[in-house]
Amino acid sequence: MTDWIIAFFLIMGSLFMLVAAIGVVKFDDVYMRMHAITKAASLGALLMLVAVSIGYISFIVWVEAVMVIVFIILTTPIASQMISKASHKTKMPKGEGYVADELEEAEKNNP
Amino acid sequence: MELEISNVLKVAVHFSFFVLSLSLFLGLYRLLTGPTLPDRIVVMDLIASVSIGMIITYIIATGQTVFLNVAVAIAIFVFLGNIAFANYLTRRYKK
Repeated sequence: MTDWIIAFFLIMGSLFMLVAAIGVVKFDDVYMRMHAITKAASLGALLMLVAVSIGYISFIVWVEAVMVIVFIILTTPIASQMISKASHKTKMPKGEGYVADELEEAEKNNP
Repeated sequence: MELEISNVLKVAVHFSFFVLSLSLFLGLYRLLTGPTLPDRIVVMDLIASVSIGMIITYIIATGQTVFLNVAVAIAIFVFLGNIAFANYLTRRYKK
């Protein structure tokens, strides 16, 4: 029974990472690609860490899995915010279909 | 506690390795043909997550739980790399 649960979490995690990779290839903009990666890939890593902590019941494994999960959840939004702020500040080209860009309007109004 | 490798788990591990290497190749395509520098930096994040997934699949396949230390190290150092690349990007285009 346990191996079915581990196999489910493992396959779900790897499929979420495949979704992130497809999003990186298909989208046509830095911000959209970052949107695809930061959510899907960290959810995939989280599901795979749940799989390994179900499979090996020991204290060390659980502590390290929780450490990796906490690091990913804490650092991925900060890093992606830094990179998107840097690429917006250096005026990277934007793709089609943007409705609003409030930061650009604010910089235009009070330079 | 040792995990018994059953047939279900073997199929799941093979499928997971296949899917993870497929997503690594898709990320490599974007890394080679990315139009701008931030695209390549973003792909570095994806490659780090995929390698964490590969390490975990390897742990389940072989039972060597020592390799979780590598996952911790990757999770820390990718954050530092991202911050450094963002800093470099703002400084490079400021001139």
